[in-house]
Amino acid sequence: MSNLAVLYDHPGPKAKRRNLIASIIFGLLLIGLAVWVWVILDGKGQVGAGSGERWKPLINADNWKTYLLPGLWNTIRAALVAVVISVVFGAIFGIARLSDHAWVRWIASVVVEFFRAIPVIILMVFAYTFWNQVFGTSNPFAAVVIGLVLYNGSVLAEVFRAGILSLPNGQTEASKAIGLRKTQMMMSVLLPQAITAMLPATVSQLVVIVKDTALGGLLIVGYTELRRVAGTSASYYRNLLPTYVLLCVIYLVLNLLLVWAASALEKRMRVGRKGRRTAAPKVDLRQDFGQNV
Amino acid sequence: MDFSFLSDDRYDFLGAFWMNVQLTFWSAIGALILGTVLAAMRVSPVPLMRATSTVYVNVVRNIPLTVIIIMMSQVLYTQLGVQLATRGERGFLATNNFRLAVLGFVLYTACFVAEAIRSGINTVPPGQAEAARAIGLRFTQVLWLIVLPQAFRSVIAPLANVLIALIKNTTIASAIGVAEAALLMNTLVENEADKYMAVFLTIAVGFIILTLPVGLLLGWVAKKAAVKR
Repeated sequence: MSNLAVLYDHPGPKAKRRNLIASIIFGLLLIGLAVWVWVILDGKGQVGAGSGERWKPLINADNWKTYLLPGLWNTIRAALVAVVISVVFGAIFGIARLSDHAWVRWIASVVVEFFRAIPVIILMVFAYTFWNQVFGTSNPFAAVVIGLVLYNGSVLAEVFRAGILSLPNGQTEASKAIGLRKTQMMMSVLLPQAITAMLPATVSQLVVIVKDTALGGLLIVGYTELRRVAGTSASYYRNLLPTYVLLCVIYLVLNLLLVWAASALEKRMRVGRKGRRTAAPKVDLRQDFGQNV
Repeated sequence: MDFSFLSDDRYDFLGAFWMNVQLTFWSAIGALILGTVLAAMRVSPVPLMRATSTVYVNVVRNIPLTVIIIMMSQVLYTQLGVQLATRGERGFLATNNFRLAVLGFVLYTACFVAEAIRSGINTVPPGQAEAARAIGLRFTQVLWLIVLPQAFRSVIAPLANVLIALIKNTTIASAIGVAEAALLMNTLVENEADKYMAVFLTIAVGFIILTLPVGLLLGWVAKKAAVKR
């Protein structure tokens, strides 16, 4: 029922009036809520007259140079490195779960299911301590990347596995017919198609990764990502609310750009593949894997 | 491997995981209610409600949960003085932080619940709603009597995924000092750094014990409840 208009009749004059009244009441409620929040904020000196000092640091070049931009860069850097390694991790374990050898399948399944069941922050704390104990140095960046890769790599392994399984049988049969070995078939026929088909899914996985980098600033790990440096900036300039509003806007813009890129990519691929038999498999990640939460 | 910390009185493993369970329980109930309301608004005939729901879902789910949880404590409580417990009561800070965390989880998780229910509504064949309208049911009746009961059956599996994600997400409450498993692990790896492997395995097994039965049970329920078409 993608056309939701079937839920109700085409509105006649009476229904239109009713909808209009409902719209007005709901609109008044929204405005009331906004005014109420504004009055409370104004009472606390957060907005309105005299609050300029709190909001000014947001356009202060020093604030951006010292805190926000380095933090944003650390967030993006960790996310990019993590997604690249996750794709490799995911491809290896996705293929391993389709192996002809039972023990390979078994090990890969245990690894993937294990890391998907554990909160990312636990993985990061573990990775941090592991690095600290083994190499004797503190490396928050590595801890964040390892934590992100173990979780997101496992999710992507499932994605790639679904991608390979959804390719038409003819691809496997044709590869066998021209005498390719199993490795050749996987590396030069199946995997490239699965990864291309799953490219939009991988880009939307970046949204999850970007959001999860914010975990790196917590607890023992203490990676200086955007959220953490924004916290430092907020206590320096004494402007917690404005800084957190800005923080939300930055994450929102970053993630909406990624969502937009993913859907643009998907659209382009659908057009590019028109007329070919191997249509991009339709796997709705948010539904099938619930991993965006 | 040395698991001696398990019998150490300073570390309350059961208490920590029980905290995760409680956070999950209250957040899940709240998120289910708010998520259903958001989904109903999303399909309502009132354009303003549809727009509000769409904007809310697309804004909140793109903000890191960490940011939301810390905002609950630092902005909502510290800056704006919103309290969810009575001051002066025993354990005021702990109760207040717990409730603020639950509020944060509800606001965030509701987006994913709403999306799951909306896609569940999409799986109900149009004929169902058309037939309901043909016998003269109103929009609320169509939704409540015909569409939602069928939609809920098909969203058990996606909702189970959201619930499992919520169980794991409750560890983020450690950011505002709620004494749950991630905070306990943090204390442990600081105090007993050499036993980090055993600590990690203990905590990991705890989460597998929490998430695995939920997945298996709800997977079974989803299969049972699925509308056969």
